[in-house]
Amino acid sequence: MSKDDQILEEFTSKEYEHGWTVDIDSDQAPKGLNEDIIRFISAKKEEPQWLLDWRLDAFRVWSKMQEPHWANVTFPSINYQDIIYYSAPKQKVQSKSLDEVDPELLETFKKLGISLEEQKRLTGVAVDAVIDSVSVATTFKDKLGELGIIFCSFSEAVKEHPELVKKYLGSVVPVSDNYYAALNSAVFSDGSFCYIPKGVRCPMELSTYFRINAANTGQFERTLIVAEDNSYVSYLEGCTAPMRDENQLHAAVVEIYVKADAEVKYSTVQNWYPGDKNGKGGIYNLVTKRGICAGNNAKLSWTQVETGSAVTWKYPSCILKGDNSSGEFYSVAVTNNYQQADTGTKMIHIGRNTKSRIVSKGVSAGYSQNSYRGQVHVMKRATGARNFSQCDSLLMGNKCGAHTFPYIDIENKSSMVEHEATTSKIGEDQIFYCTQRGIDEESAVALIVNGYCKEVLNQLPMEFAVEAQKLLALTLEGSVG
Amino acid sequence: MLLLWKVRLDNTLNNFQLLNKKIELLKMLRINNLHASIEDKQILNGINLKVKPGEVHAIMGPNGSGKSTLASVLAGREDYEVTEGQADFQGEDLLEMSPEDRARAGVFLAFQYPVEIPGVSTINFMKTALNQVREFRGQETLDAVSFLTFMKEKMKLVEIDQSLLSRSLNEGFSGGEKKRNEIFQMAMLEPKLSILDETDSGLDIDALKIVANGVNKLKKKDNATIVVTHYQRLLDYIVPDYVHVLYNGRIVKSGTKELAQELEAKGYDWIKEEADATTA
Repeated sequence: MSKDDQILEEFTSKEYEHGWTVDIDSDQAPKGLNEDIIRFISAKKEEPQWLLDWRLDAFRVWSKMQEPHWANVTFPSINYQDIIYYSAPKQKVQSKSLDEVDPELLETFKKLGISLEEQKRLTGVAVDAVIDSVSVATTFKDKLGELGIIFCSFSEAVKEHPELVKKYLGSVVPVSDNYYAALNSAVFSDGSFCYIPKGVRCPMELSTYFRINAANTGQFERTLIVAEDNSYVSYLEGCTAPMRDENQLHAAVVEIYVKADAEVKYSTVQNWYPGDKNGKGGIYNLVTKRGICAGNNAKLSWTQVETGSAVTWKYPSCILKGDNSSGEFYSVAVTNNYQQADTGTKMIHIGRNTKSRIVSKGVSAGYSQNSYRGQVHVMKRATGARNFSQCDSLLMGNKCGAHTFPYIDIENKSSMVEHEATTSKIGEDQIFYCTQRGIDEESAVALIVNGYCKEVLNQLPMEFAVEAQKLLALTLEGSVG
Repeated sequence: MLLLWKVRLDNTLNNFQLLNKKIELLKMLRINNLHASIEDKQILNGINLKVKPGEVHAIMGPNGSGKSTLASVLAGREDYEVTEGQADFQGEDLLEMSPEDRARAGVFLAFQYPVEIPGVSTINFMKTALNQVREFRGQETLDAVSFLTFMKEKMKLVEIDQSLLSRSLNEGFSGGEKKRNEIFQMAMLEPKLSILDETDSGLDIDALKIVANGVNKLKKKDNATIVVTHYQRLLDYIVPDYVHVLYNGRIVKSGTKELAQELEAKGYDWIKEEADATTA
């Protein structure tokens, strides 16, 4: 036994010394994190040995890591031993009609223009038999099945397609990538798995909305998307409706593997509970998202609209390994009240003639802090690489902050990297111009902000874009005057 | 019997009120002893002006006389503080109304420097504005199709191209395009009182003619126009019924269109001297 292993052994057996056993029939694990908890989670999910080993390995890595503090956000340190890492999806008590639902929530739905059926689904109201969401989902599943597309929950994929999961899990975001990714790898609850076979163009936007039991993916979500040669998929995550959750810490991991000539578009609208007006409560959203353009001419595009969470720490990235591959990042991050967002992207150019494009639009209001952090790295081999970055910040009022942290590392002289940044304020002139035409102030702000974010919103699928526009207006409500 | 009397009396009162309302509407705009300042600097020092429906008033004056301030105060720009005086619009206290309510009630300001709003097309902007205005006026809001039909009509009237209206509002527009866009918006919102603030500045003669032509086509019996300008040139094309000369925040001389020609020929100095002599 090597010295390292010995230490490891000691360390892990120490944990065992605590000697408390976990009742496998219980619906919930006790608070805290140790190897037993991970065994419990894995057993509960009836996982194969290799996955348990993978989780344990991740846990050991995580145990040796330090919580990172480089991001431009501050929040009280998290006590990782005070969190419950597994709790069985509870059967929600269903309300009989929307009358029983919090009227404030319904008002928000109305403003967002969410259909009645979807409102019922989101608030857990039993859906009528006529438009049964389950049957809708099944119809979609049949259609996708015919094309060989796999779209299911992560747990299901582990059972049905273990060889695929085993091959790609951790291939883009290794266990040791960062603190939160390691934590997620150890304890991830569930998530989505998507596989597009060679030459298949997925005929519809894949949205977690159509997947049953998507609601209970928990706080450590894991997503894995694999696009084989010459395939295409557009994937939507999240929804514009406000999401409340009793778990404060969210540490998700998304991995995307794009092969030659394939294209993946990944769109997110994130609207987790941001805390109240005084900055109390709210979700910490600490996410690792990364994709690799593994083959030549592969294409990966991230689009995100971030309006929620008290703290956001998120850098959807592209590893451009294949020659002529391209990566895109379109982002709108809106912060109000006491929200803090540190978000951006990494574009790692490895292949020849790789291209990347970054368009980031930050909007800060209230007392919020909004940071763009982006890295463009052109490696030695990446002859002819090109990057264009544009980072715009819009400030509302004079108590908020906007920050830009661009990192540019160039190792190949033939590359071309452009960076543009602007900071502006919503002018009283602009608002007066609108009000003089009969538009009230709130609508004026919504109009101006939506115009400012248009380039990014245009990247979203049509329906999503309309909802996102309303969401921006709603997030900034009451921020003028 | 007593009841009958009461009904009659009520009817008479109602009729009286209606008549009163009509009279108020006939007055359009009534400004009385208006004083206004910006950042403690007094700019308007007692403006008196009456505008009736169907009339065109020109407000002229040397630079810094308060012309643009008057336009801004009437439209409700917040930077200005009204320190004294009143302004009634169709019988209502204009100064008490928010800028958007003034616009909805029918006050339109064609800006001297139209503001750029990136990412928002004029079409989108106007659709938002028109529907809020229509809602306020108790009219039905327009869906996309009826809006575009309505818009096409107005586009023709002011000779503006649709490609311009699809672009971001005023962004990268030439001076002429900006001003033409203002007149297009005026056509869309069908105001009762239009205030054109130095609409001629930065325009060559051809653009000036097109803009003036648009304004003339929009002229009706029940609407009125205030043309704020430094030069007489615009008034060759938009012929005013009255010309007022503003100096040191007061109207120091009023007359007909001949006054404008006189100013063009003689400049403003004689007006200044006359006014200074009276005050001294």
